[in-house]
Amino acid sequence: MVTIRVQAEDFDPTVETAVLTKGRTDVGAIVTFTGLCRDEGGMLNALELEHYPGMAEQELARIAAQAQERWPVQGIVIIHRFGKIPPGERIVMVSVSAWHRSEAFCAAEFLMDFLKTQAPFWKRQNLGDGTSGGWVAGKEADEEALERWNTK
Amino acid sequence: MKAIYFAWVRERIGRSDEEITPPASVANVEDLMVWLTRRGEEYAHAFENPKVIRVAIDQNHVKHNAPIAGAREIAFFPPMTGG
Repeated sequence: MVTIRVQAEDFDPTVETAVLTKGRTDVGAIVTFTGLCRDEGGMLNALELEHYPGMAEQELARIAAQAQERWPVQGIVIIHRFGKIPPGERIVMVSVSAWHRSEAFCAAEFLMDFLKTQAPFWKRQNLGDGTSGGWVAGKEADEEALERWNTK
Repeated sequence: MKAIYFAWVRERIGRSDEEITPPASVANVEDLMVWLTRRGEEYAHAFENPKVIRVAIDQNHVKHNAPIAGAREIAFFPPMTGG
């Protein structure tokens, strides 16, 4: 069972995660990651997230399918927001249910690593002084994070 | 075909999408970026470092050597920074 949503509105991870266990008693582990907008030491007023409608959902679904091929997982929830997001608010969540914790941890980390570099979203900083801080640059560390999944 | 631009590629070009009709000699993504660059200063600025530009054909990531024949929608964008 895979849930993929791309939306402007906030979400409640507790509610979203509940679908993974509804009506079943064979789930042994749920790993949920929530990514928040941080204030960058008080400098940031908000992040503005642009996305590629249609492809964003498709790419998240492709990444989820890859995770399902690699690990025996039971369910996956991926929710990613777009638009203006102030510090303290949620941006993204990934939740994975599995029979055992190891698969849930691995799949959740894999999903986030691929999501960050493969899903068509772009962040722009909106600074506290009213100016644009520019587009956030892609990080080498994020690209490197992908490579370790190739060797396993 | 429809060309779509995102993030600073969109800002530099000054539009989010447009219909383009490249000649048959424009065979792959790399050729198309060179051809677009000739359309004006704003395109030259957007594609000044083509290596960093990511491309999707019909909403699938492709490499720069991918053929463009039959493409309905080609998107150009910077490295992604979601999550």
